[in-house]
Amino acid sequence: METPLIEFRGITKRFGEKTILDKADLSIYENQITTIIGKSGSGKSVLIKHIIGLLSPDEGSILFRGMPVNKMKKKEWEGYRSQISYMFQNNALFDSMTVFENIALPLRQTTNLKKKEIEKKVMSRIEQMELTDAFRKYPAELSGGMQKRVALARALVTDPAIVLFDEPTTSQDPVRRNIILSMIAHYRKKFGFTAVLISHDIPDVFFISDRILLLWEGKIAFNGSYEEFSRLKHPMIDEFLKSIEGLRDELTGLLSKEMFKSRYAITLGSGRADTSVTAVLFSFNLNFLSDLFRPQAAIEILKSIGENLNNYFGPLGGFSARHSREEILTILPHLGLEKAGELLDDFAQRLEKNSLPEIHELIRDKIEAEGCFEIFVNAGITEGSSSDEIEQIIKRADMNKKRIAKYLCGKESDSK
Amino acid sequence: MKSAIKYSPFLPFFHWIGKRTMNVINNLGAIAIFFVLAFLKIFRRKQLREIIQQVFYIGAKSSNIVMLVGLFTGMVLGLQLYYTLTKVGSAGFLGSVVALTLIRELGPVLTAIMITARAGSAMAAEIGNLRISEQIDALYTMRIDPQGYLVSPCIAASIISFPLLTALFDLIGILGGYLTGVVLLGVDKGAYFYRIHSYVDMVDIRGGFIKSLVFAVLVSTICCYQGYFTHLRTDSYGARSVSLSTTSAVVFSCVTILISDYVVTSFLM
Repeated sequence: METPLIEFRGITKRFGEKTILDKADLSIYENQITTIIGKSGSGKSVLIKHIIGLLSPDEGSILFRGMPVNKMKKKEWEGYRSQISYMFQNNALFDSMTVFENIALPLRQTTNLKKKEIEKKVMSRIEQMELTDAFRKYPAELSGGMQKRVALARALVTDPAIVLFDEPTTSQDPVRRNIILSMIAHYRKKFGFTAVLISHDIPDVFFISDRILLLWEGKIAFNGSYEEFSRLKHPMIDEFLKSIEGLRDELTGLLSKEMFKSRYAITLGSGRADTSVTAVLFSFNLNFLSDLFRPQAAIEILKSIGENLNNYFGPLGGFSARHSREEILTILPHLGLEKAGELLDDFAQRLEKNSLPEIHELIRDKIEAEGCFEIFVNAGITEGSSSDEIEQIIKRADMNKKRIAKYLCGKESDSK
Repeated sequence: MKSAIKYSPFLPFFHWIGKRTMNVINNLGAIAIFFVLAFLKIFRRKQLREIIQQVFYIGAKSSNIVMLVGLFTGMVLGLQLYYTLTKVGSAGFLGSVVALTLIRELGPVLTAIMITARAGSAMAAEIGNLRISEQIDALYTMRIDPQGYLVSPCIAASIISFPLLTALFDLIGILGGYLTGVVLLGVDKGAYFYRIHSYVDMVDIRGGFIKSLVFAVLVSTICCYQGYFTHLRTDSYGARSVSLSTTSAVVFSCVTILISDYVVTSFLM
């Protein structure tokens, strides 16, 4: 089994009488984006501040590559810390320094690099973060998003192996939020660091996360992939998702899971005992031929497909919700299997011929990126009755899945 | 016997005294450790630039106000002492009395108080702001020792600037005394400077500089300490805690200057 890069064993942290972390155990693996979610004030920031040594635990131990950090010698401790960067929630930029000076600070103070080398390295980060026009400005002269980029540039300028992001998207609008998340995912891939992220931006953040940790009442209540997280039935997860989800899935514009379940129950409960529905499970396989803005583009694609599904099946009484990261479940209450199949074929044709090329154009305009992608849309259709659990219907639909549409960077395809 | 102690009416009073004394001792210990650690970090690499910046801020930028205060202190001393000395028929001693008062006492004390008001408050407010906006934590995460980066240059710059500004204050003060005594009140110009030369010894000048060095250490340490630990205040949070820390820094510094002035003077006499 892979040794975690960082491991918490029974970490307890108290502030006065209040216990913030209560024997928390967690593992962070190398080259992954691990996202820590949890309610406000649940101790997420406290948790990651332990990683860099800003706080020390009252009980328990923190291990780095299997070695307890509290037993490290001074040199080992310094070596460990030199591999970690921290991006603060409020950026913590020095107001009296220019963008250049802020980014250069860790290099000037902690390395023996010559002035020219520092200048070269800082300017290269400034260019990568698209801050060339702002490098002589002071943080107060920059927009919130630019300040985030400066903070990220400063965090990355020392080429860290681990970057800790404390709510990097707080108080950002949805567009800026996705840009920041995209930026993290993009640079993580480019520079190859391990990222630990605190975020409330569900579900957007799941698109870039390899692993989700749910901090609940001082303990790590869940540690796994998004798929596992979304399938896990636990009142605590329901309560958590309910607390952050509205009636609609903010990302796709489709119904939230709670609303979907409620509509599904009403649909099946309103008719006779043998009421049946047709369910279609769509899945999307996205490949990006250009790495740029991958998560942001993925979000836009899913959003557009969600809109298409609503526009096509909505007037027929259909309703949809995101089942997992790249799956949407549509329920067609008043259509038989045969009729639903015909409509699905028509929808697939429209999707391939019109909608997907339009989505490609939309992405180009919206995120101003010349990225190229291919998408494979699969769909499985099945019939469900009031005696069926929704999970059984999904399972059957999944087994019937076949490719219904394909799009490759503007080239229409007839292969199905 | 036990119950007698328990219900003694003096117990709360002694408890209060004990608690306050322990607090004072703890704080003094913490400030002393804070100073020693910061002082040792003055001699690390990459400090020169920060120290020069602070010398410019604490020293050069305070020189105008120090000169102004020095001038008027010297002038008012000239007036008051002329009046007193004329009564005993010793107006010719004006130069030496003005110079000795300034060099031995008023120069170091008033310079320290002026720098506290101008630069000490700024040190506390700036470091306090950095603390509450997590910039000190940010320094730590970048492996930059916050104490070495923020506090040590202030202490070093104060140690350099205080004696120089005190010398400037003394010089301008003596000129102020000259303006009142010689130019306005007609004391003999030669007598004014001759008495200074005759009565001011090296030991007086050295004493004044020793005082200014002691004040430099005390003022810079107290002001930086108040700002650095502003987040540990229990009476307020955020911006309010910075403002209270700044006020405490100035008040404690001024009181400490006067108390330590007495202590140092009694050692030097």
